[in-house]
Amino acid sequence: MTMTTSSSSSAAASQNAYFYPALLLGLGSIIALLLIGLVIPKWLLFLVTIAAANGLVSLGIVILMRSGVVSFGQGMVFALGGYAAALAYGKLGITDALVLSLGGGLVAVILSAPFAYLIARYRGIFFAMLSLSLSMVLYGILIKSESMGGSDGFNMGRPTLFGIRAADEWSSYLNYAVTITLSGLCTLATYIYFNSTRGLVSLAARDNEIRVEYLGSSVQELIATNYLLAAFMGGMGGALAVIALGHIEPNFSYWTTSGEFVFVSILAGHYSVIAVFIASTVLEIVRSFSSLYFPNTWQLVLGLFLLAVIRFLPRGIGSLWEKRVKKQQQGERA
Amino acid sequence: MTPSSSTNIAISARGIQKKFGAVVAAADINIDIPHGQKLSLIGSNGAGKTTFVNMITGYIKPDAGSILLHDEDITGLAPRVVSRKGIARSFQIPQLYKELSVLDNMLVAVASQQPPLSFWRPARNAVAVQRAEELLQRFDLSEHSARLVGELPGGVRKLLDIAMALTRYPKVLLLDEPTSGVSADEKFPMMETVMRALSQEAVTVLFVEHDMDIVERFADRVIAFYSGRIIADDKPDVALSTPDVQRYVTGTLR
Amino acid sequence: MNIALTIMIDGLTYASWLFIVALGLTLVFGVLKILNVAHGSFYALGAYAAASLVGWFASMQLAPELSLIAMLLAAVGVAVIVAPLCERGLLRIFYGRDEVLLVLVTYALFLILEDVTKIIWGVNPFYLSEPYALFGNVDIGKQSYVGYDFLLVIVAIVVGFIVWWGLNRTRIGKIVLAVIHSEEIAASMGVNVSRIYTLAFGTGIFLAALGGALTAPMISVQPGISVGVVILSFAVVIIGGLGSIPGAAIGALIVGIARSAAVHLMPVAELFSIYLVMAVVLMFRPEGLFQRSQARKI
Repeated sequence: MTMTTSSSSSAAASQNAYFYPALLLGLGSIIALLLIGLVIPKWLLFLVTIAAANGLVSLGIVILMRSGVVSFGQGMVFALGGYAAALAYGKLGITDALVLSLGGGLVAVILSAPFAYLIARYRGIFFAMLSLSLSMVLYGILIKSESMGGSDGFNMGRPTLFGIRAADEWSSYLNYAVTITLSGLCTLATYIYFNSTRGLVSLAARDNEIRVEYLGSSVQELIATNYLLAAFMGGMGGALAVIALGHIEPNFSYWTTSGEFVFVSILAGHYSVIAVFIASTVLEIVRSFSSLYFPNTWQLVLGLFLLAVIRFLPRGIGSLWEKRVKKQQQGERA
Repeated sequence: MTPSSSTNIAISARGIQKKFGAVVAAADINIDIPHGQKLSLIGSNGAGKTTFVNMITGYIKPDAGSILLHDEDITGLAPRVVSRKGIARSFQIPQLYKELSVLDNMLVAVASQQPPLSFWRPARNAVAVQRAEELLQRFDLSEHSARLVGELPGGVRKLLDIAMALTRYPKVLLLDEPTSGVSADEKFPMMETVMRALSQEAVTVLFVEHDMDIVERFADRVIAFYSGRIIADDKPDVALSTPDVQRYVTGTLR
Repeated sequence: MNIALTIMIDGLTYASWLFIVALGLTLVFGVLKILNVAHGSFYALGAYAAASLVGWFASMQLAPELSLIAMLLAAVGVAVIVAPLCERGLLRIFYGRDEVLLVLVTYALFLILEDVTKIIWGVNPFYLSEPYALFGNVDIGKQSYVGYDFLLVIVAIVVGFIVWWGLNRTRIGKIVLAVIHSEEIAASMGVNVSRIYTLAFGTGIFLAALGGALTAPMISVQPGISVGVVILSFAVVIIGGLGSIPGAAIGALIVGIARSAAVHLMPVAELFSIYLVMAVVLMFRPEGLFQRSQARKI
């Protein structure tokens, strides 16, 4: 019948109750992954590295999705970060993996900043199209830039870490370790962000912008900030990807690349940060095995998979284990 | 002998004019609302009362005239800015966050109240939750705290809508048809709850209403609109028996 | 002077096939409110079907002029076979959902169709150059232009006229316009909206496939041709205004001439110029040059 007031604080308390353990679990997972990386084969190290680097970009898209907009142009920041890292390596002699990655993120933020407030005024298809067009403008510039290799792009050598260049057999692990650590920390930071006051109001903006404005917050500012956070993650992901691949090309900014990042975000949903990396790994596994066994049908598989997710799991795979969402779905069925 | 710049006047509207094409929504409106008053705005649809409310909250800009909040000019400021200055409103159709729980709805209101928004401080921190729960309790909503908004009956949603508006410690609270959509036997208890909840704060209340029983019971003062003009401005029993009001608003002229 | 003429003619040719394709895209958006990422895939299907049909006609020793009929039939075939499958079998499931979600559904369709064309036609390129030589060369001033290019311009004008006439002068066309304007009102007046959807989608696909069939002799038909066309047609409809038919024409002209000017004057800006126009339009006049749909939020 009537519940006592203590039940509401227990609702809040129970949400808080697994917040700090989740953070500890996250940190523990990063350490565990670093240790596991010492024993897994090189091809798997590479696959997870790429999955994590790409996952970072998709994590940025999820941040934006969670405030109500979908970016179809994250290839732009992916390419900005990647080219920044590759150019810093080749032209400025900066070889430290951490510096390159963080620098890539920073460059992406700085170059996206002029557009943040403008794009934050758009919604729906127009937000998607503007982000898409900006990424294609960058593509158009890159593909004709002979100084940066034009449509072929250019290569990048192996990075160093804290001044040490890894021996051949350790270079994959070095890339893996840097990527796992950075993307892991970003994931934890995003988790904290989602639980913060700003994160909650962003989520509210996705639901009802009018009310958010009447309660005194600026939705434009919220989305612009989220756009810049996504830019940082996208740029860092691009730098990490370039380091792992040893090669950068204009395709990083092409719309099909952006489409793949969106694919992972939709697959993951915005209810769980871990889901993003699981989804990204699934994509990498499908992509890797496909080129060996079914090169002409893997896009078909992805397409069907995406349709199935949109139809049957519209909140993404993260909704499978988030309690809050389960209750919502039950409420809707009732 | 009331000084014109008395800070006892919560809202002062001077010479407000607004036209939508050929339709006159406000023709030289002048109103002074003293602090703490419970004022009801009545009038048939299109008479101009909602437009007046929208001009106060900044949703619409008046063509001419000015609006002062405790002597501060707020004419034409955006809703977000007006909200920060101390005017809160509830909506005729409750504007809630459908995918969040009742408690989370309140927490959004609490979080918005104290800028700047933090990137790391948990939204469900003890202070915020306490304030949210205190308000929920005042409006008899505590039992619904963990429920999702989509599951709530209409009357509960309206109360939540008002509770969220009150989170900001507003100086002026605008209620847009608070009892519309609420069943007849729930209207009075609902307004009782609202007024009781408000009694703990010194808040000026404007409520737009169509139900004259509610108006008579809960308003200190009634202003009636017709075609953008004020046709009555008095205590409820006096205003409601004015022939013009009976002709154009309540339809009870004999 | 000469270079200006070359730019204009090249631009006009490019704008012609782009107009046909973009017309289909804008029609689908106007009626169904879906921005179809897979539109380029239907272009590709048209090109592949044309390649097969023209090749078949040639193998039967039919007159080369009939290859034009083959191309038209290819486009019709694609529309008749594929459009109902996609619209009824797939898109219908998602009607009424969020507009961005529908874009994602069409993105999934794009992925699927990419591989379907690979499965049916393989990965090796097709060349059907005979039709391109059908009309010989036309000399204007000191430049020699391929006659086929002018055919494209004529077809584009004819197609534009037919669509305009069909929408504004026929009964069914006016019903379609009513649905574009307001689906709810049209439905309440007894219009079978779902049949209009099928008609509009089918027409849109036909136009995409026709564009593909007609340009097939000018390119090498191979996997991946859809990808560039998608983004180009998006640029055209954004510039012209989503759902606007004159917009598709003007947008195609702008893109065609911008690209042509870049190619002849500053090749380094070829792609960049098109997408820059798209971005600039979105930033300053997002509803496009011919407003139809509502754009930014605040």
